[in-house]
Amino acid sequence: MGQSMRINLQVWRQRNEKAQGQFETYNVETNPDMSFLEMFDVLNEQLIEEGKEPVAFDHDCREGICGMCSMVINGRPHGPKQGITTCQLHMRSFQNGDTIVVEPWRANAFPVVKDLSVNRSAFDRIISAGGFVSVNTGNAVDANSVLISKEVADEAFEAATCIGCGACVSACKNASAMLFVGAKVSQLSMLPQGQPERETRVVAMVNQMDAEGFGACTNTGACAAECPKQIPLSVIANLNREFYKAKLNGK
Amino acid sequence: MKLDSKIPQGSINEKWTQYKSSVPLVNPANKRHLNVIVVGTGLAGASAAATLAEMGYKVSAFCFQDSPRRAHSIAAQGGINAAKNYQNDGDSVYRLFYDTIKGGDYRAREANVHRLAEVSTNIIDQCVAQGVPFAREYGGTLSNRSFGGTQVQRTFYAAGQTGQQLLLGAYSALERQVGLGNVKMYARHEMIEVVTIDGKARGIIARNLISGQLERHFGHAVLLCTGGYGNVFYLSTNAMGSNVTAAWKAHKAGAYFGNPCFTQIHPTCIPVSGHYQSKLTLMSESLRNDGRIWVPKKQGDTRHPNDIPEEERDYYLERRYPAFGNLVPRDIASRAAKERCDAGYGVGPSKMAVYLDFKYNMINKYGRAEASKRGIANPDEATLLELGKEIIKGQYGNLFDMYKQITDENPYEVPMRIYPAVHYTMGGLWVDYELMTTVPGLYALGEANFSDHGANRLGASALMQGLADGYFVIPYTIGNYLSKEIHTKPIPTDHEAFDQAEKKAAERINMFLNINGKRSVESYHRELGKIMWDKCGMARNEKGLNEAISEIRALREDFYKNVRVPGTADEFNPELDKAGRVADFLELGELMCIDALNRNESCGGHFREEFQTEEGEALRDDEKYLAVFAWESKGENQWELHREELNYENIKIQQRSYK
Amino acid sequence: MGVMSFLFSSSLGRKLVMAVTGVSLIAFLLVHCLINATVFFNDGGKTFNYAARFMAENWLIRTTEIFLFLGFIIHIGQGLWLVFDNRAKRKAKYAKSAGSANSKWYSRSMGLLGTLILIFLVLHLKHFWVVSRFGMPHHLGEVQYVASHTGSQEVLENLFVEMVNVFANPIAVIVYVLGCFSLAYHLLHGFTSAFQTLGINHKSYTPLISSLGTAFSIIIPIVFAAIPVVMHLGIIK
Repeated sequence: MGQSMRINLQVWRQRNEKAQGQFETYNVETNPDMSFLEMFDVLNEQLIEEGKEPVAFDHDCREGICGMCSMVINGRPHGPKQGITTCQLHMRSFQNGDTIVVEPWRANAFPVVKDLSVNRSAFDRIISAGGFVSVNTGNAVDANSVLISKEVADEAFEAATCIGCGACVSACKNASAMLFVGAKVSQLSMLPQGQPERETRVVAMVNQMDAEGFGACTNTGACAAECPKQIPLSVIANLNREFYKAKLNGK
Repeated sequence: MKLDSKIPQGSINEKWTQYKSSVPLVNPANKRHLNVIVVGTGLAGASAAATLAEMGYKVSAFCFQDSPRRAHSIAAQGGINAAKNYQNDGDSVYRLFYDTIKGGDYRAREANVHRLAEVSTNIIDQCVAQGVPFAREYGGTLSNRSFGGTQVQRTFYAAGQTGQQLLLGAYSALERQVGLGNVKMYARHEMIEVVTIDGKARGIIARNLISGQLERHFGHAVLLCTGGYGNVFYLSTNAMGSNVTAAWKAHKAGAYFGNPCFTQIHPTCIPVSGHYQSKLTLMSESLRNDGRIWVPKKQGDTRHPNDIPEEERDYYLERRYPAFGNLVPRDIASRAAKERCDAGYGVGPSKMAVYLDFKYNMINKYGRAEASKRGIANPDEATLLELGKEIIKGQYGNLFDMYKQITDENPYEVPMRIYPAVHYTMGGLWVDYELMTTVPGLYALGEANFSDHGANRLGASALMQGLADGYFVIPYTIGNYLSKEIHTKPIPTDHEAFDQAEKKAAERINMFLNINGKRSVESYHRELGKIMWDKCGMARNEKGLNEAISEIRALREDFYKNVRVPGTADEFNPELDKAGRVADFLELGELMCIDALNRNESCGGHFREEFQTEEGEALRDDEKYLAVFAWESKGENQWELHREELNYENIKIQQRSYK
Repeated sequence: MGVMSFLFSSSLGRKLVMAVTGVSLIAFLLVHCLINATVFFNDGGKTFNYAARFMAENWLIRTTEIFLFLGFIIHIGQGLWLVFDNRAKRKAKYAKSAGSANSKWYSRSMGLLGTLILIFLVLHLKHFWVVSRFGMPHHLGEVQYVASHTGSQEVLENLFVEMVNVFANPIAVIVYVLGCFSLAYHLLHGFTSAFQTLGINHKSYTPLISSLGTAFSIIIPIVFAAIPVVMHLGIIK
């Protein structure tokens, strides 16, 4: 086990969506093997013992797959390392004595619920608008009756690994959700099963995305750089192409 | 009440088919007037909610996470079994049925398991149709791999993220129904009471976790798809929020709890590193396809693993179980690791770990194949190792990255250190063949029910069961109940049963907030976990279990005196949510110990030290315990045991051997 | 959704407009740059003045010019609107931001760079385009050349001399060089970005487009910037 570390934490505190928020400063004793969220556990336990209100933050699986954790750490969603979520970040990525500023995802489309916790239901509504294949249970043919090349399957899988955490939106200066939408559109447009609804899907999803109040993409690439699943920027190009094609066909 | 498992008549091959053809149906016009509540949106919940909505029922779905897509099914890594026999290696419905029964150490219900094996193939078809990107071969067909406890390749997978891909498939089907208005989705809602009227489940009280408001929801039927209770051990591979609350409330409302002590300890998890640890991370069982498990032959050997020569390593699984080697079922692999560590052969700083080493297969299996593919003649070991690493990376890259992230060690260079951890609970709400609990109209699906896995679940079978229950079982079996409910008008939620349930829930919340003690909820949870792990974990004995029961009682008493739950009831208050969950774990823990104490045999994941063979294997007592233990709640911390005797008509019960 | 509302209200339509107008402006820059580069013949502006006349008198060019102007206006208008609109999507700002960790500064500053170019553009139009098209505020001088194929005398407007006059002023030179800097960075992002927006992102072609874009974004502004400098220094006269 590593040496103990002292961290100066500046954490965004906000009672609820409507309330004004502000930063609070805390000192936490931690060690390099602790995960970032475990450090928050330690802080919260400390706060509870002192009779203070613990910091609310979202987290669940703590292994980088559920997409629930969501902290902007020193200006970067999920912290300083690439390809991981907040829960996979360990204190060994920081130095003893560091000051760390922790904020929630910030975007109009992701209103703050409390402290570091935000409401990402906009993503669900986008999926609900078209991020599916309309196949009722029981309609399927044998799984091997449609062959899909390994290359296509792998590429579709890569896009499908999106965990819907919203780091893309959080990192984007325009609070754009196009990496998220692009990932789902890419996955389903590549696979044969996604073909029948290919055009209606992309239009419906983009319309919903716009209605939710996400910004427009200006191709800075920040989303892909911060994506914990390293979804490539090419999914946005796919999204654009799919959308224009659908529009050309009058969808 | 006598337990009636409602197993249909007929031969095992015909039961499900005949059931489906003779079960009463609900006509489409009537379905529109029937409300179904689905609690939990993991594989079982999402697939059930979507399918029932497709059929025309009005569905309300609830999850405590901020989105249904976050349910912990998402974290399943390795794969999903199906008796497709795509590999032409002799697989069949019967073999999957047989393997699952045997894997469960002959403590599962034959008819259910056979049905599971039958529908397994439909699951794969359905998922592919939804656009789930399973791994494929170059020719475009689906790829398979091996999992523990089987000798065929029947596991379908999507890298190390199979659960994620399957859940996103079910989630998209669910969201489609949300968009169509057939499902009303309530995220960040936690079910905290079941409402029963005239003995039937008629709704739930849910807490809106953002506003803190208690809400009343009516349903003609209530489906609990709320997963397992492994978090009673505090440290487990479950998500932080995974809890027993919904199932426990159902239990207290009359649903029997089946085999609560049957817990799966997964052999390959990253070892605990410190007291602050909040959860344990699984390394997929699929790694045992290519990783060899060993410890040094010398006790307390502190040499670097790469410096320990081949002849000084003990590949204890290969030694003890030559037929299955590293691919023995989970309970056996876990126990074997514990045995070695307890005997002083453990490795790493805590000495509570064993090595999972890929080097041999990197060189000999993949390196050589790749070298001959590329036409490299007489490659040296370093070349083979490099070639092999590439292949391993392709197969398990994300798992290796995850390991490195957590431990700061590079598993491509140094063997992984692993140790068993709580992973899954075979126990759960007792259900009949139709997945109904002992409360009419209240169903339990997926890990939440006492399940088809007996005393030990085989790898890649949880995903199979969750989706089988949701997509292919409940849509038929629920008709048998709802067809008799078509005349029941929706009951207004100002009915006194709702009043009472809400009052009870509100009182409990206020009670937590008013204790105003000193200790955090977390600290009680941690302490409970330690008791459970030490005394009701991988190995149990009468003395320990009795101690555990009194320790849990004392801890519970202290909890209600000294816990501190900050904040108020009418706001987003995760500590309050946690308090309710931990309070339920404090009751469940006791029942688990009582169950373990009453089962005087060893089977599967339940290993009573008093009952073992000379070689240290589990010693079943089929005379006395060929039965499901179903516990009825009789008021505060009182239970009555009911037994469902298991009849094996198709499989000959044997001592389980993987040697 | 109608075409207009698609192009001017949907996020993807608006991007498309930026990309299409951007690409046409890139094409314009190339033509503009080639014509300007004729001053490097150092023939007293003869080739340049002929080229200028061609550009001024060819009906096809004049028609295209209308579209070019439209392109400019739409690119600028939509661009500024997008900048403000996008900014409004995050009302609560980050206290600490670390944009440089995940993106290039110029990709995040297209609005600013574009505005600088716009200021430059106004000045530039006043210097040359207004005088060449409308003779305002004063008539250009004229110059006589012997037509190469007929041998007869021709009288052309002397735009070249206008350049020499403008670039005699060191402040103008500095402003032009700075304008070219803005242009270079604007292009560095804009060139590849336009292709990405048009949906062209391919394992093997994108690196090619990206190198081409970088080369374009460096070479074109350098050529542009070199002209005022060399003219000011009297290397070309």
